[in-house]
Amino acid sequence: MTGEERGPDVGLGEWTPESLDVPGEVRAVVSAPHPVLSRAADEVDPTAKETVQLAADLIATMKVSPGCVGLAAPQVGVGARVFAVDVTGHPKAVTVHGTFVLCNARVVEATRWKPGREGCMSVPDLTGDVKRASRLVVEGDLPGSGVPVRLVTDGFEARALQHEIDHCAGLLFLDRVAGAHAVYQRKVYL
Amino acid sequence: MNELAITVIGRDRPGIVADVAEVLARLGANLTDSTMTRLRGHFAMTLICTGPAAAEVEAALASLAAEGQLLATVRAVTPDGDVPPAGEPYVMAVHGSDRMGIVAAMTRVLVDAGGNVTDLSTRLTGALYVVLAEVELPAGVADTVLDRLHRTAAELGVEVTLRPADPDLL
Repeated sequence: MTGEERGPDVGLGEWTPESLDVPGEVRAVVSAPHPVLSRAADEVDPTAKETVQLAADLIATMKVSPGCVGLAAPQVGVGARVFAVDVTGHPKAVTVHGTFVLCNARVVEATRWKPGREGCMSVPDLTGDVKRASRLVVEGDLPGSGVPVRLVTDGFEARALQHEIDHCAGLLFLDRVAGAHAVYQRKVYL
Repeated sequence: MNELAITVIGRDRPGIVADVAEVLARLGANLTDSTMTRLRGHFAMTLICTGPAAAEVEAALASLAAEGQLLATVRAVTPDGDVPPAGEPYVMAVHGSDRMGIVAAMTRVLVDAGGNVTDLSTRLTGALYVVLAEVELPAGVADTVLDRLHRTAAELGVEVTLRPADPDLL
């Protein structure tokens, strides 16, 4: 299936992290077990002031965390359907949309499932083998403008998006690991 | 041909596998299925082998145990009989705060539904306890089992998912 058949990637348009127009503050990241990580987060108003601040804070926290390619609001203790992603420069990334934040995101199409190893700032000592779609269409709203977007992506960015959308649904990668021996003690900390 | 079930466990150090495997090889014991892994600083080996008499292997492993802190057991077992029909394979994942009885309560739900756990591992890391189990369930019971697992998990204050195991083969 091609991107055209799925509907075009409308991209982020004019949106950049700077368009949030508020300085982001680094927030503390919570670790499992924590109840906020295990409940479905609430839909947000993407234009609300607190959503814009949350978006800026998620980016700021992601940027200061080594190796972090995505961070969801529940991970900073907020039960809101908001997350930041940035896989720029990652060796496994193919399509890259840069640094962005999505509100109320949902998977529209997921195909070509492939296994891969994942970690999570909220499960700092473990990694796991998880099957994810390597072709993905996601729809969501941009924080600030509230403009709805449709992103078509693949590879590592697709994996990161599914991981973050799972956080917003109260799921961790641990909930999707492939088998009894598919979780590993982390040997390298970035 | 004798079939033996052997366990060896002790404080981890380099050379446990080589030492034990050498003893077995010298006695003509053939290693068949085994798992050997490190569990919180202890090295644990569980293995099935065929060959010599249990007493002979036990005596040979005792010499290893005497030197260090290895604890070995050897037991004669009966070879595989008829294998019961496999059910539908699922993976159960449980995670939450560590507390007493999580594995007991969650696996009891599986057993009561006619399920059979074929592989299971647990990990405690910080305050987080993780249980991963592969289980074969009778056809058509998964939804009911998941309801019961959710109820038991809620009582324990942990999270649970039950998903069909990936059937893909390369």
